[in-house]
Amino acid sequence: MKIKTALMATALSGIAFSATAQELTVMSWGGAYTKSQVEAYHKPFTATTGIKINSVDADNLATPIKAQVEAGNVTIDVADVEFSDAVRLCDEGLLEPIDLSMLPAAPDGTPATDDFIEGALQDCAVANIVWSTVFAYNSNSVPTAPTTIADFFDTEKFPGKRGLRKSAKATLEMALMADGVPASEVYSVLDTDEGVDRAFAKLDSIKSDIVWWEAGAQPPQLLADGEVTMSTAYNGRIFNAAIAEKQPLVVVWDGQILDFDLFVVPKGAPNKEAAMQFIAFSTDTQRLADQASWISYGPARKSSGALVGTYSDGVTEMATHMPTAAENLGNALVNNFEFWVDKDAELNERFNAWLAN
Amino acid sequence: MAGSSANDAFVAFERVQKSYDGETLVVKDLNLTMPKGEFLTMLGPSGSGKTTCLMMLAGFETATHGEILLDGKPINNIPPHKRGIGMVFQNYALFPHMTVAENLSFPLEVRKIGKSEREEKVRRALDMVQMGKFDGRRPAQLSGGQQQRIALARALVFEPELVLMDEPLGALDKQLRETLQFEITRLAHNLGITTVYVTHDQTEALTMSDRVAVFDDGRIQQLAPPDVLYEQPQNSFVAQFIGENNTMDGVVQEIKGDTCIVKLDGGEVIDAKPVNVSKPGERTRVSIRPERVEFNKDRLKPGAHTLKAEVMEFIYMGDIFRTRLRVAGNDEFIVKTRNAPDQVRLRPGQQIDIGWLPQDCRALDA
Amino acid sequence: MTDGLANQGTGNASNELLLTTVDGKPLKEALIHAEARAKRRAFFLVLPLLLFILITFVAPIGQMLHRSVHNDGFIVTEDFGTGVRTPIMVNLTEWFNENPPGSEIDESAYAALAADMVVLKKERAAGQAGTRINYEISGSRSLFTKTARNADKLAPPYKEAIIAIDPDWENPELWTVMRSASSAYTATFYLAAIDMTRNANGDIEMVNENRQVYVKLFQRTLILSLVITFLTFVLAYPVAHLLATLPLRYSNLLMILVLLPFWTSLLVRTTSWMILLQSQGVLNDAMVGLGILDDENRIQMMYNQAGTVIAMTHILLPFMILPLYSVMRPINPSYVRAARSLGATSWTAFRRIYFPQTVPGIGAGALLVFILAVGYYITPALVGGADGQLISNLIAFHMQKSLNWSLAAALAALLLGGILILYWLYDRLIGIDNLKLG
Repeated sequence: MKIKTALMATALSGIAFSATAQELTVMSWGGAYTKSQVEAYHKPFTATTGIKINSVDADNLATPIKAQVEAGNVTIDVADVEFSDAVRLCDEGLLEPIDLSMLPAAPDGTPATDDFIEGALQDCAVANIVWSTVFAYNSNSVPTAPTTIADFFDTEKFPGKRGLRKSAKATLEMALMADGVPASEVYSVLDTDEGVDRAFAKLDSIKSDIVWWEAGAQPPQLLADGEVTMSTAYNGRIFNAAIAEKQPLVVVWDGQILDFDLFVVPKGAPNKEAAMQFIAFSTDTQRLADQASWISYGPARKSSGALVGTYSDGVTEMATHMPTAAENLGNALVNNFEFWVDKDAELNERFNAWLAN
Repeated sequence: MAGSSANDAFVAFERVQKSYDGETLVVKDLNLTMPKGEFLTMLGPSGSGKTTCLMMLAGFETATHGEILLDGKPINNIPPHKRGIGMVFQNYALFPHMTVAENLSFPLEVRKIGKSEREEKVRRALDMVQMGKFDGRRPAQLSGGQQQRIALARALVFEPELVLMDEPLGALDKQLRETLQFEITRLAHNLGITTVYVTHDQTEALTMSDRVAVFDDGRIQQLAPPDVLYEQPQNSFVAQFIGENNTMDGVVQEIKGDTCIVKLDGGEVIDAKPVNVSKPGERTRVSIRPERVEFNKDRLKPGAHTLKAEVMEFIYMGDIFRTRLRVAGNDEFIVKTRNAPDQVRLRPGQQIDIGWLPQDCRALDA
Repeated sequence: MTDGLANQGTGNASNELLLTTVDGKPLKEALIHAEARAKRRAFFLVLPLLLFILITFVAPIGQMLHRSVHNDGFIVTEDFGTGVRTPIMVNLTEWFNENPPGSEIDESAYAALAADMVVLKKERAAGQAGTRINYEISGSRSLFTKTARNADKLAPPYKEAIIAIDPDWENPELWTVMRSASSAYTATFYLAAIDMTRNANGDIEMVNENRQVYVKLFQRTLILSLVITFLTFVLAYPVAHLLATLPLRYSNLLMILVLLPFWTSLLVRTTSWMILLQSQGVLNDAMVGLGILDDENRIQMMYNQAGTVIAMTHILLPFMILPLYSVMRPINPSYVRAARSLGATSWTAFRRIYFPQTVPGIGAGALLVFILAVGYYITPALVGGADGQLISNLIAFHMQKSLNWSLAAALAALLLGGILILYWLYDRLIGIDNLKLG
């Protein structure tokens, strides 16, 4: 009898406990990226609010969001998604709209809507980082250092295999830039059939030398193994391999394609209030600047730039490793999400067909 | 059938030895000759080496030492499919994915015999085992007895001169076994086939064979026609193994021609026939068949030794009576008597005297 | 005849033979009654399993099949927070119902469209409706969002007003697609899954050659799966035979080696193949080191079809070995001995006696390996490069990247249908009762 009562009491207190102590489930991409978010956002957020954060990782975050919302059984509170996914999920009514007025102003008083880089704020999404698709090379396996995106496509001057992401996005734009199309005209050229043909023709010229990758962790590995001499990659992954793991990898910023990662809240998230609180907290000026010292992705607020310091090793100045650093923006392309949301199906179908042939 | 010599032997084992592991011999110095047309049974407990001998003859095992001859030619290096020996297996080994007719046709096909001749031979072979109507069935659709007939027909259809049978009736019930025993011997004799038959069932061995080779411990203990084997076992193993036997241990007291006197360990004295004993003082085990024990004094020779016995149990078995006695301290002493109108039915507790003709009680090795 | 049966309790005057129990109850009824209790108990015992299968197996497949023909993204918008479903594109749907295909797209159609655009703007559903059309005509999503944004400013004549926003609205194909999307049930996704589409007149035709991919990948999947099945068979047969004939203590050890891959993660196994086979990998290094290959001529064994075939053959090998082993183990060695004694050479004995008895295992193993191979996608994704991709990789692509789940479902349904056809063929040719899975 006594034991029974004790058990009941424990069970009841357990219920009471879980009802008061709030938890937040945040889904991200894993690896060094999740770590940077845990250090810069999650830990200070928990310290400030007492809300525990349960961090989970996935490879394609749009899939679980769509599946959970459609099934009416949502467990994710906040997710970190790519731009086109944010727009598409928002279109399909799968995300909660975000009240942008809740975002804190910059330290100098500039309102958030002006402080964020253009395009970083959407109806259902708030950007936290600017990342970029760049290409990198293994300095041990190239005789002379490649400097332009055209060099990436020049297998005569720089023999060897090339790593490319198995996706039309970024690949086609880079092909056009390598073919001499200025960054500002890439999307208008790609909007025409001739432009698409031109991009594929450029890809054809190196098709037999391409090793395709899908996961962000693959390119540094392929480069380090000597399996490819150059590879496109997410700049943060190369930074991590080069600085943290001391691999002989070098980023070439020419022809980089800038993109956002954004926080979204799935429709029907169990802790919607806390989720919004988390987004407002994590995307303030200081927090975004803090994240940049864990991984080389640029903050989505202009005001954070000045606060970016050194990498967690204490010596590497992060500023030059930011995709948004002035010297890296010489020939840079900003991903056109409208274009991709429209053309994704068609171009990927054509890309898949081209791959299969 | 008897009276064979190595010269006219159809099958001969010469000093054959077999070892599987290089440490122990499963077959020890086997010598055996068989004339054409003989039905020979290899009988013995499991592990006695009889099946190994059969497998060496069939070609599935190689002799470690010695020579096996078939029709005068050594066959040690001839692969099984060229030996032309028919074989019937314990589990019948009918090919489950073929019909009965296809099973029978198989040995003819591999011999490249024409279709019409094949069909004719298959039909004849099926008729021979009275299975003519079953040609289209699969083995799984047949009863055990039917399967065994087909297996027999298959082993005979290509007209081998030698047929080996490895406990072919082991899985059948008693009645079926008896019918098939008769049929197999009839067929074998009618067709004039030389047959080597392996069994551990002594009744089968006795009823079917021209000669029986009793195997134990890798050796032939005795090779003889059934009646000789039963009535004149050469040693106590054969005596024990073949038929039912009463045994008693003792010491030879004196030997006079073809009788001897044995003093049992309990002090009683009996008459016996010396078989494996040569001089007084030797230890011996005497063996007497239950049906040769007499308790009617009139039937015994005058002056014959008798033993006191107490009836323990009387069992009515229809054709015979089986009586269990206590004799010389052994209460498993069995007496069998024919159920005849004048036959005495003993009662438990009754005290009687028993005795036997000296030639029925064999003094064997201890 | 009736006399004879009357003894068994026929109380029926008619000619019908009705057996009854001794107390006159019909025998059948009595039997059912007697067994009902046992049957009920048995049913309750299997009930949890039945529910489990229904929930985990039948329901998802049913949902998938439904999704492949059903997509109401163009006509209903759902608030996933409240679960409220609001019809959209109502006016246009009505116009499509009143005007048969091929009708002129006149002012009334544009007026309906304009009215619907207002609703789309209010419901914030332009992106969703546009996305549905965008599956088939690129650029439609922005066409919808742009038009909806200006919906309030639209005034008659609507045709001109709408075309003024974007001349793409004049594209007759767009109207064909909207017509088909205005019904929730559509074969569009199945057409797309076999590289077909409807043109402006509503006729079915092949899509542009540079977008044809699915048929080719179905073919490749079929061929590669057959190759992999054959290779696993060739490799597994001797191994299974060895397993089945070795003494138990050795065969158990060997069996553990066979099963070992099951206990390692698929990713680990695939990655180890990458380490072995890549052009800077162990195998190539060894061959260069031994002087068999020049450093420049390293063989590309990974990131192509060869990589897919090698890695998948290895991964699926146990699925061939186990059924083969399970049919080989009970095959009594006396069958082959019998055949040999009947005059067959060892080859003939194998071919005509041993091999046919292992056919059920071969069938089971082949079916198992083939079905698994057809559905594999992790391994081809990692080691297949461009030309080692299978249809499952595109299903995964539509599930995970393009989020066009209806197309993914149609592709998966075609795959399922194909497998069922093969299963049926197997049943016709070899017989499903001739299948032994273990």
